[in-house]
Amino acid sequence: MAITGRRVGETLLKVENITMRFGGVKALTDISLEVKQHEILAIIGPNGAGKSSMLNVINGVYHPQEGKITYKGEVRSKMQAHQAAAQGIARTFQNIALFKGMSVLDNIMTGRNLKMKTNFLQQAFYWGAALREELEHRAKVEEIIDFLRIESIRKTPVGRLPYGLQKRVELGRALAAEPELLLLDEPMAGMNVEEKEDMCRFILDVNDEFGTTIVLIEHDMGVVMDISDRVVVLDYGRKIGDGTPSEVRGNEEVIKAYLGTSH
Amino acid sequence: MFYRECGQFKSGYAADQAIFPILQDKIAMGVLLAVAFIVVPLVATEYWLGSILIPFLILSLAAIGLNILTGYAGQLSLGSAAFMAVGAFAAYNFALRLPMLPLVVDFILAGVVAAAVGILFGLPSLRIKGFYLAVATLAAQFFITWGLTRFGWFSNNSASGVITAPRIMMFGYELTSASSRYLLTLSIVAVFALLAKNMVRSQIGRAWMAIRDMDIAAEVIGIKMLQTKLLAFAVSSFYCGVAGALWAFLYLGTVDAQAFDLNRSFEILFMIIIGGVGSILGSFLGAAFIVLLPIFLNVVAGLFGSSLHADTASHFEVMIFGALIIFFLIVEPHGLARLWQITKEKLRLWPFPH
Ligand SMILES: Nc1ncnc2c1ncn2[C@@H]1O[C@H](COP(=O)(O)OP(=O)(O)OP(=O)(O)O)[C@@H](O)[C@H]1O
Ligand SMILES: [Mg+2]
Repeated sequence: MAITGRRVGETLLKVENITMRFGGVKALTDISLEVKQHEILAIIGPNGAGKSSMLNVINGVYHPQEGKITYKGEVRSKMQAHQAAAQGIARTFQNIALFKGMSVLDNIMTGRNLKMKTNFLQQAFYWGAALREELEHRAKVEEIIDFLRIESIRKTPVGRLPYGLQKRVELGRALAAEPELLLLDEPMAGMNVEEKEDMCRFILDVNDEFGTTIVLIEHDMGVVMDISDRVVVLDYGRKIGDGTPSEVRGNEEVIKAYLGTSH
Repeated sequence: MFYRECGQFKSGYAADQAIFPILQDKIAMGVLLAVAFIVVPLVATEYWLGSILIPFLILSLAAIGLNILTGYAGQLSLGSAAFMAVGAFAAYNFALRLPMLPLVVDFILAGVVAAAVGILFGLPSLRIKGFYLAVATLAAQFFITWGLTRFGWFSNNSASGVITAPRIMMFGYELTSASSRYLLTLSIVAVFALLAKNMVRSQIGRAWMAIRDMDIAAEVIGIKMLQTKLLAFAVSSFYCGVAGALWAFLYLGTVDAQAFDLNRSFEILFMIIIGGVGSILGSFLGAAFIVLLPIFLNVVAGLFGSSLHADTASHFEVMIFGALIIFFLIVEPHGLARLWQITKEKLRLWPFPH
């Protein structure tokens, strides 16, 4: 059980009264939530509850019709995904979204693109600053590769890797950006028990060592109870619970909507 | 000699990031360049230099251009030849109107003009993808070649629209012999191929491949769609533009929009499909294949005692291209370059299985 309250800091992200519609479908209805610095927040809920949509709203992939988002004290309106990235928000996807034709190394290197400052002309000459930059970032990426224990596959095209490793590489690509806020959409889906344990370890280590704030979506209640400081429960696009894992576990409405139906 | 990397330990990331991390590859490349620059001009006939090697090199350059756009950045284009035409006419006009500029500067400026036109026609790519984008580039193909013939200014009001390219001066000497034109072409193509290889193994290349493979993920990690796509159009068109200028000045000796019709665009597309989509080496292999196949067919026909009738030969060509393109699209989308790589991987392990 994670120890709550000790390292958790100020509010990093504040989401207020978000409503997100797709045509007639309301994916999110009047949702408000807060994410505190350094915490691990889990978002849970049945299929179609709007969890992924929530992450998409946070990092600018979706633009909600109503509501307000404040990140690091700054209110933002229509933010593009790449701007969210520039502000220090990174994520992984529910359905792996790696660059299939590229090697593990190149995928993770691509995650550092915002930190690279040389332009394409300098890169064309592969000389001086461009070369230095490439090598510096390669060294950083190697640290991530070591951390995730994927040294032996660094040159492998990601399309050839088994599912569990692909998820790990995708985490690596997100980490390469050295994000302040890391959004993980079902990082353990489809994994066996050992792979899940590894992934939990990585998430806790990232949170611990780099102080990264993490919002993750997860269906496995065991995992959620183990690693999260706080849990937000969505159901049919509405928020029906918000609190520590034990509080949420005791919440009547949550039990009825979610825990009651086994997943 | 074995093709093996045993015993070659990389002492740092710099060594691992080199273009040819394996010693044997480095040596092979050195030998290849020495042959191309020294041996070939000494032994090749006028015909081989002027009618086979020069067009092969120039088409390789155009194929690199298309490969950057289609193979790396994933934006299908059927307008490569139109950007070659822009380059050819731009170089002609620079040579005509600013005669004090050195020839190589004309070529580079021609590339820059083609890049600007490329950006313009790349704008639709921000909204449309795949098939629809291909149709938009097809429009560019027709519009540009039409514009270049329609407006007399581009061809200095020549009656036929076909103009003789200016004399080719380098350092005060006129390049007339096939071997001197070959050497100039080879130098330019070698330098630009190296620059292209460097780009695709740097951040910009990774950004191109990222938008090709998964555009949402690319955006989420901070890659700007607009800039990255338009840069791919610009760089690609630059390469095609320079290739077009070389084609007019160093190969044909005339500047003619007809030399850059839709067939040429398809020819370049076939080169990258056969040679390898997303591979600089593949651009050369594909160009070599398409330039050499007709000659090869003639030789084969010669072996059977008859010289092939020109019509029959070109029918054969079309059939073989068609079959090969279908083969590569289905079986090996990464083309000859990938087959070459597989061979090398096998060699690395040979004679031990696995
Ligand atoms: N791009 C979209 N276009 C149309 N509808 C969408 C889109 N994205 C999400 N929705 C709809 O919004 C609702 C919530 O979807 P969302 O993917 O956020 O759920 P989820 O909680 O992540 O579910 P799961 O556990 O299955 O991943 C669903 O009804 C879905 O069909
Ligand atoms: Mg989801």
